[in-house]
Amino acid sequence: MDILITGLFLGGAYALIAMGLNLQYGIARIMNLANGEMLVFGGFAAFWMYTAAQVSPLLTVFLVAPAAFAMNWVIYSVMLRPLVRRARSRGQLEVDAILATFGLSFVSVGIMLALFGGDYFNYSYLARPITLAGDTYALNRATAFVAAVLICAAVYLWLNLSRPGLSIRAIAVAPDSARLVGIDVPRLAALAFALGGAITATGGALLSMFFTLDASTGVIFTLKALVIVIMGGVGDVRGTIVAALALGILETFVAAVIDPGLTLAAAYLLFIVILLFRPQGLFGRRGA
Amino acid sequence: MIRSGGTSLALTALVLALAALLPLAGSPYWQSIGISIAMFAVLTTSWALFSGPTHYISLATAAFFGVGSYTTGMGIELLPYWCLPPIAGVLGAAMAALVGLATLRLSGVYFVIFTLGLAELVRQIIIWFQNFSGQKGLYVLTKITEAQIYWQLLGLAALVYLAGWAIGRSRLGFALRIIGDDEQVARHSGINTARAKVALFMISGAAAAVVGAILAPRYVYIEPATAFTPMLSFQVVIMALLGGTGRLWGPVVGVIPFTFLWEAISSSFPNQTTLLLGVCFLVIVYVLPRGFVGLIEAVRRRVAAREGVA
Repeated sequence: MDILITGLFLGGAYALIAMGLNLQYGIARIMNLANGEMLVFGGFAAFWMYTAAQVSPLLTVFLVAPAAFAMNWVIYSVMLRPLVRRARSRGQLEVDAILATFGLSFVSVGIMLALFGGDYFNYSYLARPITLAGDTYALNRATAFVAAVLICAAVYLWLNLSRPGLSIRAIAVAPDSARLVGIDVPRLAALAFALGGAITATGGALLSMFFTLDASTGVIFTLKALVIVIMGGVGDVRGTIVAALALGILETFVAAVIDPGLTLAAAYLLFIVILLFRPQGLFGRRGA
Repeated sequence: MIRSGGTSLALTALVLALAALLPLAGSPYWQSIGISIAMFAVLTTSWALFSGPTHYISLATAAFFGVGSYTTGMGIELLPYWCLPPIAGVLGAAMAALVGLATLRLSGVYFVIFTLGLAELVRQIIIWFQNFSGQKGLYVLTKITEAQIYWQLLGLAALVYLAGWAIGRSRLGFALRIIGDDEQVARHSGINTARAKVALFMISGAAAAVVGAILAPRYVYIEPATAFTPMLSFQVVIMALLGGTGRLWGPVVGVIPFTFLWEAISSSFPNQTTLLLGVCFLVIVYVLPRGFVGLIEAVRRRVAAREGVA
């Protein structure tokens, strides 16, 4: 029970991060390997605002999200759109996007290292115990989870009920046909990419409330987010959330029962099982 | 490469023979640069054997290299040294086969993601095993000199070039080029695409593991954090793409300048190596999408065109 709830709390933050990546990969077709750095950026901002001005991370989120949105919009328009234009096939775009975002990822790690050094950073916010169903948990984890649930729900509703959400889902299913029915694919791709970055950065800010980060942890989270996206299915918000919670619980279980050093190995085990048995994702249909 | 097979083989042999004279010059600095260049020449060329034609970006070099180092580290007390590199090669090929069978049937993205974390995965498992045995690292104490390591690497480089030349002329190499152009077409013309890709990935993995095994005596002390440094995989990708993967000799063209650049940056600005890697990736994508080789060929074509007019 203890493991289940702690895992669920962790999975909530993972869901946000992976949802950001899924919007970027599923809609904008950019496999963004610099996603983890956006997370670290969100965490950094929350840490900095809290230690410098005692601003609650829950408020910093409202600053981080627009900033990350703008940053990702610029990244997409300046760096990635030329690649989309010059790519002759989906495969070539993937290779180009992977290399370009790797470059972006290393450059941002390098800049963060130069500016802030390689130290770990964490801060103590809401580090009070609360009791749930007979066990005690840290309040900051629970708060982060509630915030993550709210944001996930908002994005889910927006995608399912609003007109831009409908268009975005149409692009995820059939990018070529979407254009034929009058959807402005390039504009919405940029919107999805920017939104994805904003969601990931928000996830980073929430995660930093209970997780120690440093300038180079980004890549670990990129990996986990990728595993979640593939497990949940590309472009599938519901699948992403289920997969993120599953990964959070599995990791917590492995860390508690076997060895805390094996969390990535646990994620990989899940990844291999998915690749072998359901490469189309949890809820995906074969051949889709 | 394919057209003028005989001359280019002779030329390669000549260059390798000249390179083999380097230790006689006796300068430790050049010796150490020579080892770096030879090591990356083997790693990038074997990387490009697989990734060049198929366009699958492998980030598994560090994992194979680490497995090779650990083979030497664990085996050196039990077996004579000369049988360790071949064992490492077999282990590397076996690991590549497992990874390939799981991921190479699917699209390239899965492969990149999987190989990205592979070194970290193997590292975590080794650390976990070490918690039981209580040891933290391994000592590799041998009488092998730097020059001997260098010659072994050159020998391996010769083997890799020979293999690359042979593959380029074989049915397997032809099949891979078709797969790289259009996998659908390849499958329809009866090529077992998964098997061809796995076979080549095994060769590439084996070569990287052998390099790890050969270099282990140089490090004297091996621990998971140094043997599985993820930086290595990225360096290999950058050097190979910087040189160009379209030709067998392409990667080396990237290795030589990048090794000097890396030495210079890491000795004067050790904290900026990550930034350097990032900038190189961006340069490759935006400025040199086909590497130095592509650049050279474009210039040569322009010169030829101008002469044709005149």
